[in-house]
Amino acid sequence: MNFFSHIGRYLMMLKGMFGRPENSKLYWKEFIHQCAEIGIGSLGIVCIISIFMGAVSAVQAAYQIVNPLISKVIIAQIVRDTVILEFAPTLICIVLAGVVGSKIASELGNMRVSEQIDAIEIMGINSKNYLIMPKIGAAILMIPMLVIIAMFLGILGGRLTVAASGVIPTDVYDKGLMEFFKPYNVFFAMVKAYTFAFIISSVPAYFGYYVNGGSLEIGRSSTKSVVVSCVLILLADYILAALLL
Amino acid sequence: MIEFKNIVKRFGDKLVLDNVSHKMEAGKTNLIIGTSGSGKTVMQKCLVGLIEPDSGDIIYDGVSFTHMSEEERKLLRQQIGMLFQGSALFDSMNVEDNIKFPLDMFTKDKQQVKLKRVNEVLERVNLVGSNKKFPSEISGGMKKRVGIARAIVLNPKFLFCDEPNSGLDPQTSMLIDKLISDITKEFNMTTIVNTHDMNSVMEIGDNIIYLKDGKKEWSGNSKEIIFSENKNLNQFIFASEFLQDAKEMRMIESRKG
Repeated sequence: MNFFSHIGRYLMMLKGMFGRPENSKLYWKEFIHQCAEIGIGSLGIVCIISIFMGAVSAVQAAYQIVNPLISKVIIAQIVRDTVILEFAPTLICIVLAGVVGSKIASELGNMRVSEQIDAIEIMGINSKNYLIMPKIGAAILMIPMLVIIAMFLGILGGRLTVAASGVIPTDVYDKGLMEFFKPYNVFFAMVKAYTFAFIISSVPAYFGYYVNGGSLEIGRSSTKSVVVSCVLILLADYILAALLL
Repeated sequence: MIEFKNIVKRFGDKLVLDNVSHKMEAGKTNLIIGTSGSGKTVMQKCLVGLIEPDSGDIIYDGVSFTHMSEEERKLLRQQIGMLFQGSALFDSMNVEDNIKFPLDMFTKDKQQVKLKRVNEVLERVNLVGSNKKFPSEISGGMKKRVGIARAIVLNPKFLFCDEPNSGLDPQTSMLIDKLISDITKEFNMTTIVNTHDMNSVMEIGDNIIYLKDGKKEWSGNSKEIIFSENKNLNQFIFASEFLQDAKEMRMIESRKG
């Protein structure tokens, strides 16, 4: 299949996802299940990465500011802005592309190979609607929440580091966080988070849903879905930055 | 009743189904037999709409399935049950939830009523007490029976079984065959079974269609198959000396009868 065939089939999949649910309660149950899988299931790794990325940003900012004329307050601002603008939405979403994306692709791939998707279709259920829609919906709801948590924890990680290393007093760090804060940066980060959430869920869903072959193919499509998602996230990151900043 | 007329299906250059026509009768166990790669599975997938034929018509009880809209097909599919070759049970659900899934999706009954129905079908397939087991905890034969239970839980008019005996020992295969045959008569369903199991052919084949290289080569029933002089069919059915002997024994018994 060539590139345009993939694009066409991906769009057809998205179109096929919309339809009247056969039983709203069951779809809602599946949506909540996916929210728990994507949101709570990824919370641990998001917390660990966020704290460390904030901590590393603080250490590296302190290391680079050697000029005594530059106020150390700027360390807090560097941590805040890098975490909000780039680390929390982009880095976390790249990690989630691996964690959530591979899970979605392998789950759907396994269902395809073991004929479970065919079984759903035979029952008269729109399998795209029942299997893919709740995953994309849950990702769009939960991933921006994880990004917000990552922002707070990243900034907190920076604070813990400066406190532990004594580079600057914590009250100076807190003061630095308040200065020159642009709420627009948070808006920009949220636009990125929603865009990336859609990529992280829909691209692996496509690769998993249309798997052809056996268990080897499931592994391949899972890897491919993560690679394609990461590239698309970086591409979207650049486009959004160029458009919105 | 299901009738299909002049079904043609190609995958690229390969002609998989070549102008196949037949009538599958209600209340009978209809078998599609043939060697691996003869087009049995593609035929069955065409019949349920998982694969679209290139040409031809499929008619369910006088209504053309080929020309139905997607919504009409969804409604018809609620009258279809299917047992897949690998059973296709949902890994994340236990036996009870697997069987209850179509009831949850399409009925508004109370949980108690649904559970009663689940237990009824479990009893029918001799799996009482297996409600809470997961697919990974049960044997291949049990998976097939759960698959049958899930397929019949909504009382379908049409039952499709894709190689129900594959990977099963002869004794379990006979149990599954008998179950399919009994259920068909009990609920007056139109059952279509894909198989290359000779025991199934002889025991439950009320109406048999033999496919070779995508073409309908022969049709008849389990009694007629013994006296068939179709060379390809005989080579396929009575491949071993043991089966040849069994055929001769049956012929003698039939003539005596």
